[in-house]
Amino acid sequence: MSIMDHNGGSVIAMVGKDCVAIASDLRLGNQALGISSNFQRIFPVTDRIYLGLPGLATDVATLHERLRFRLNMYTIKEEREIEPETFAHLVSSTLYEHRFGPYFIEPVMAGMSKTPSGGLKPFIAATDLIGCLNFAKDFVVAGTASSKLYGVAEGLWEPDLEPEDLFETISQTLMNAVDRDAFSGWGGIVHVITKDKVITRTLKARMD
Amino acid sequence: MATPNVYRSPGFDFTNEIRNSFLVEKGLPLPKATSTGTTIVGCLFKDGIVLGADTRATEGPIVADKNCEKIHYITESIRCCGAGTAADTEFTTALISSNMELHALQTGRKPRVVTAMTMLKQMLFRYQGNIGAALVLGGVDSTGPHLFTIHPHGSTDKLPYVTMGSGSLAAMAVFESGWKPNMEREDALNLVKAAIAAGIFNDLGSGSNIDACIITASHTEMLRNVEMPNERVQKEKDYKFRRGTTAWKKEDVRKFVVDEQLTLIGGDEMDTS
Repeated sequence: MSIMDHNGGSVIAMVGKDCVAIASDLRLGNQALGISSNFQRIFPVTDRIYLGLPGLATDVATLHERLRFRLNMYTIKEEREIEPETFAHLVSSTLYEHRFGPYFIEPVMAGMSKTPSGGLKPFIAATDLIGCLNFAKDFVVAGTASSKLYGVAEGLWEPDLEPEDLFETISQTLMNAVDRDAFSGWGGIVHVITKDKVITRTLKARMD
Repeated sequence: MATPNVYRSPGFDFTNEIRNSFLVEKGLPLPKATSTGTTIVGCLFKDGIVLGADTRATEGPIVADKNCEKIHYITESIRCCGAGTAADTEFTTALISSNMELHALQTGRKPRVVTAMTMLKQMLFRYQGNIGAALVLGGVDSTGPHLFTIHPHGSTDKLPYVTMGSGSLAAMAVFESGWKPNMEREDALNLVKAAIAAGIFNDLGSGSNIDACIITASHTEMLRNVEMPNERVQKEKDYKFRRGTTAWKKEDVRKFVVDEQLTLIGGDEMDTS
């Protein structure tokens, strides 16, 4: 039993055609005992960046506040909104600072990054608990159901999904993986980020 | 110049250490970080160095990244392959790369491979092996081509052909049977490719594609994914869900302003005569 599994919870992010999606379950537990079925572990960072923080719940709160502080300092200094790539490195270096006393969090990020031509490009990334970045082109997963999410996502994900299709794929991936994990579940939430809007949906899921 | 933070000192932060070692005492082991199981190699040839690496990153028995980059930039003509704890190799090489750039600016000379090697070994020795970076450092400078291995505790070797990581035995077997002094560029590249392929196919910690980097006195060529022997084929059937499959309880749509139209009010334009 690892401390990473203490409160349960999982996050997944996927790339689609001119869109990205990030989804998570809503369980907060104390080992096997369920505490809350509305625990938000995905946070908006900017209009077009969302950050998922699966892991130990105390560190979810601490790290979210710490990153909010660092992000505000960046925004004030630079007088502009942060880009997803830059934000990923901010998260990474914040975690690596705690290399020898880590936060028990494995962050997952999803967002739309600006291209030189003025368009928007989908972006996802994840890091381990000491900040090793993983820029994937398809999907990233983390949390207690990560091993199951890898399997389901590997089977269901395909390139160039439209926002509505991506919603179905990520929702089904999350719900089916999480049903085989005792520490994740109790509802789910999905954010689909496109060029002109963010669609947030609370899923109707198994509650056992 | 960037001002250092007034409230917090630079370097590692140990504030969580007491809590975490308490948890370990309670019988909750520290979770494992991403490691690069890895096959990394380097070999000397007629006019320079060839470095090679696989592209798999693992988290215990799970493949965390199928196409990561393990050949890190130090300077234009010095590169470093990393094995071990992935975050450590990433941040150690980035730090030394930054210091090498400052050193080059200060001295006004092209930096040497031994300088990078010394910086790396002194840092790793200072941390007594707690920074789990096993490196293959190679490059060409004013004194010729150099190839080093650096172990997590700070010991170094200088050899004409080197391998590291969990696939080092498989790769070294290829080098021992195939390496000759003064090889041609093509032959050296092919030998490195064969060594990495041996790691990819015979070591579970290594996999996916081959990266290589050829460094000569005049030019550095980074060959990202030179060989892709494990590419995923097109799926025979898709598993797209019909729209509306997933039931949801609540929806919230946040629309952005993406198009602005400017309408001028009033006819008076600024008089510029």
